[in-house]
Amino acid sequence: MVKTFPMGGIHPDKHKITSQQPIVDAGLPEFVYISLKQHAGNPAKILVKKGDRVKVGTLLADADGIVSADIHSSVSGEVVRIDDEKNACGYDEKMVVIRVEGDEFEPSIDKSPDIVKEIPFTAEEIIKKIREAGIVGMGGAGFPTPVKVTIPEGKKVDCLIVNGIECEPWLTADDRLMVEHAEEIVIGAKILNKIFGIQNAIIAIDENKPEAIEVVRNITRRYVGVNVRVCKTKYPQGGEKQLVSAITGREVPSGKLPLDVGCIVQNVGTVFAIYEAVMKNKTLFERIVTVSGDTCARPQNFRVRIGTPASFLIDKCGGVSAETAEVVFGGPMMGQTTINLQAPITKVTGGVLLLSEEETHRPDMMDCIRCGKCVDACPMGLRPFLIGIYVRNNMIDKLKNIHAMDCIECGCCSYVCPARIPLLDFCKLSKIELKKKQKGN
Amino acid sequence: MLKVATAPHTFSPLDTKRLMRDVVIALMPAAIVAVVNFGLNALVVILSSVAACVMWEYLYVHYLLKQKSTINNYSAIITGLLLAFNLPATMPVWMVLIGAFMAIVVAKMAFGGLGKNIFNPALVGRVFLFISFPVQMTMWMKPNWHDFFNADVQTAATTLGILKHLDASSSATSLTHETADTLQQLPQYWQMFVGYTGGSLGEVSALALLLGGAYLLYRRVITWHVPFYYLATMFILTSIMWLFTDDVRYEPLTHLLSGGLMLGAIFMATDYATSPMSIKGKIVFAIGCGLLTFIIRFYSAYPEGVSFAILIMNAFVPLIDKFYYPRVYGTGRK
Amino acid sequence: MNIIVSDVIALGLIAFLSAMVLYFVSKKFHVEENPKIDEIEQILPDANCGACGKIGCRDFAESCVKADAESFKKLYCPVGGASTMKKVADALGFDAEIKEETVAVLKCNGTCQNAPAKISYDAEISCRLANLISVGQSGCPDGCLRFGDCVKVCRFGALSINPDTGIPQVDENKCTSCGACVKMCPRGLFEIRPKGKDGQRVYVACSNKQKGAVARKNCSAACIGCMKCAQICEQIKVEDNLSYIPSSVSAQKFGAELVKNCPTGAIIMTKAKKENVHG
Repeated sequence: MVKTFPMGGIHPDKHKITSQQPIVDAGLPEFVYISLKQHAGNPAKILVKKGDRVKVGTLLADADGIVSADIHSSVSGEVVRIDDEKNACGYDEKMVVIRVEGDEFEPSIDKSPDIVKEIPFTAEEIIKKIREAGIVGMGGAGFPTPVKVTIPEGKKVDCLIVNGIECEPWLTADDRLMVEHAEEIVIGAKILNKIFGIQNAIIAIDENKPEAIEVVRNITRRYVGVNVRVCKTKYPQGGEKQLVSAITGREVPSGKLPLDVGCIVQNVGTVFAIYEAVMKNKTLFERIVTVSGDTCARPQNFRVRIGTPASFLIDKCGGVSAETAEVVFGGPMMGQTTINLQAPITKVTGGVLLLSEEETHRPDMMDCIRCGKCVDACPMGLRPFLIGIYVRNNMIDKLKNIHAMDCIECGCCSYVCPARIPLLDFCKLSKIELKKKQKGN
Repeated sequence: MLKVATAPHTFSPLDTKRLMRDVVIALMPAAIVAVVNFGLNALVVILSSVAACVMWEYLYVHYLLKQKSTINNYSAIITGLLLAFNLPATMPVWMVLIGAFMAIVVAKMAFGGLGKNIFNPALVGRVFLFISFPVQMTMWMKPNWHDFFNADVQTAATTLGILKHLDASSSATSLTHETADTLQQLPQYWQMFVGYTGGSLGEVSALALLLGGAYLLYRRVITWHVPFYYLATMFILTSIMWLFTDDVRYEPLTHLLSGGLMLGAIFMATDYATSPMSIKGKIVFAIGCGLLTFIIRFYSAYPEGVSFAILIMNAFVPLIDKFYYPRVYGTGRK
Repeated sequence: MNIIVSDVIALGLIAFLSAMVLYFVSKKFHVEENPKIDEIEQILPDANCGACGKIGCRDFAESCVKADAESFKKLYCPVGGASTMKKVADALGFDAEIKEETVAVLKCNGTCQNAPAKISYDAEISCRLANLISVGQSGCPDGCLRFGDCVKVCRFGALSINPDTGIPQVDENKCTSCGACVKMCPRGLFEIRPKGKDGQRVYVACSNKQKGAVARKNCSAACIGCMKCAQICEQIKVEDNLSYIPSSVSAQKFGAELVKNCPTGAIIMTKAKKENVHG
């Protein structure tokens, strides 16, 4: 049976034009820019200095505190400088700039293509390996994975959900990863099973990826404790809370995590990285990135070294054309526009989209016609129009009563609004204001 | 120069203008039936009503508010069409102008324009005319498919009018000579279905209205809830009464097909601005409309109750919106 | 006739009963309140802005009435200013302390001319969101975003976006220094400063902490941390490539010299004698 979440959701045009494009190596740029903050939490503490020679996998910076992650070199070469560089938004960020020379790996990394199936490690050893590899949630939030898989005292996990939904239009990175590395992902799920001491991993894939469903399902037949569930193609099926509801029927209480209802959700990219870290000693130095969009000449899926400038990838796909109005990091629903094409790919960048004016044009806001489409579309059961009214009139106290903080910022409301009211903007503003208020008290 | 924008970076093609245009398209079959049935008169009423609504809105926005004109969003055209559909074909043009003024200026723009009005503008216009000019508002032309230029205008009673007359003259269970005579005048089901019957311009043909409704559903302009629950409430209530009293006045199919019920359920009660926003609220609203229509049709002096029922329920929309909204995810099931 | 009589009697009876109920309720549920509170509330500006730290003017009045001579000194209504506080103090029999009048100043001079726009926005958005999604039109990470969230939050109409410069300007006469703009600005560009003698005050209109060369790339009026101002007056401190002039620095004494010696024009002096510098 096809599963889905209980309320709301939209069906944007899929545009999955790269779903048949095999993953290709993007190659090595001249310089890479490795940011010290590619994850939620504190920036990592720098360990190298200017002039140091590094290899692929060399530790560059150490996690600062529990919610933080190690940063490794993704290329071999010389550290040219450690300085403020502009990130995608144009803000300064501390980055390690490395001039690429050759492609030498740290000796501990197993480069062979063989698939290792036996898991000889204990749960503690696995978590340690994940931490040392600097793995973070690769779906977009960048929450450090070792923290997420360490189950606090008193909590119990009975279901691991591997998120292969990728409900954002255009993006196909996870889709291709599942088609080409299905077995690794399944073993990765088994590794996580071992940490939690369960035999219940579910790989969730949505209907519009028939090839991935086929491939992964064939492989799961040979493994105990890993199964495939097909979900309905609907945005935002890949949201953590939505996915938990779709697969298990449980509802994550307001303000709580999936862990509180016994579920852990991990992106397929993260699970693949966990496999590579545990079985191959590979640190997180590369990821799959879809470069696509309606003004992209040759859309492709790339295997990219972390820190590669986006312009390097864009040039390989035919460059920014005159019609390109927006360059978006991530998907079109939740992604962020960039003004700096030199900005590097980070651990959480799943796609680079070159979108035209036609696709992205937002006409002037009109009056609300009370059609209720935002209410029907909200997957959290909120009333976005009301949030908009309250935040525009500075009625911050009332926002709390209508659960504005539960907004997952999926953008369904802005997408469907026929009057083109930027409802998501208002929801984000209300969250800013509520947080401000909380801090004030 | 690259643009900076907040997420999302893609939008549904369904914008206000397209929604409104779709409603205009959906109203076209009924308009065609009206012109075929009632000839030139109908065309004059429809065109004058649309023109008057657009004119009032333009004048109001341009000279009183001094803002950018809002007539290009089609909403005035819809109000004009719906107003015309609620009028008889013999309506004089100057009355149509007054009705359009009530609809656009008083019921819509005075409240702040599109989306802020409490009552359905077209219905306010209609009810105003109905109360002010009861004679003209109840002169129903007999449909004539061969007489476009209205050379020979004959009047006929509406189905509901006949039923009301029945109600007044005698108790229907004892079939007197008179009631049998009256029943003879009742149109056949097929006549009511295709619209070969007397009545307001837009309400006569259930077929044309259903076609329009199907188009709106297909284009996702409306959801099925309001029309379905409205018609179902009406059908169930009349069925119950029919079965228990065996009274010809309660015959459910006649009630579904006659009067403004179809027009009201598909086009008026689904009006965005004046109906609740959540699905649950819409259902409550529709059932309320059905209930009130039933009560007015059978227990009041008026033969027809759709416009009053919808207007009364319009007033309850803010209240319904306050009590019926979706459960927020993760806050426990109610 | 009969009808009229019975109507009058019926209505009169209802009116009498209602009056009785009202009288009873007002006596029974009467709440004893210090009449002083009402008196003080009359004096207050009734803006209910919360700038004093209380919920509203009524709350402030209550606090004033409850306060003793010591704690009264801590209460201050920035909207009404010294004159209002004097009246309040007189009404309560306290000594009013004269506080200096203050005004909000914008610590940025990134006008359309000084810091030309490099990117375009898809739609009008709020500063708080613009701050999240990009560095801003000029490219300065600490500069004014020019969307006017401060204008919208100001309840006294003291702020407006100057169409020529693109950045907000403060109307000194209307500004009550309630601090709403200080809280609203996502980049903290506003500061409440004393109005200064004769309305003359000198301050650094820049908040950029980048290195001089980087900052200048985006804005010609950026503070580059050259230390020239610090040499003129030792109270001025330069930290993180950004100078800060404390309000204790006398505008009359140093103002003209500071403005003249600043190589980028980041230092602004209001109501300077010779030429009217934009402020």
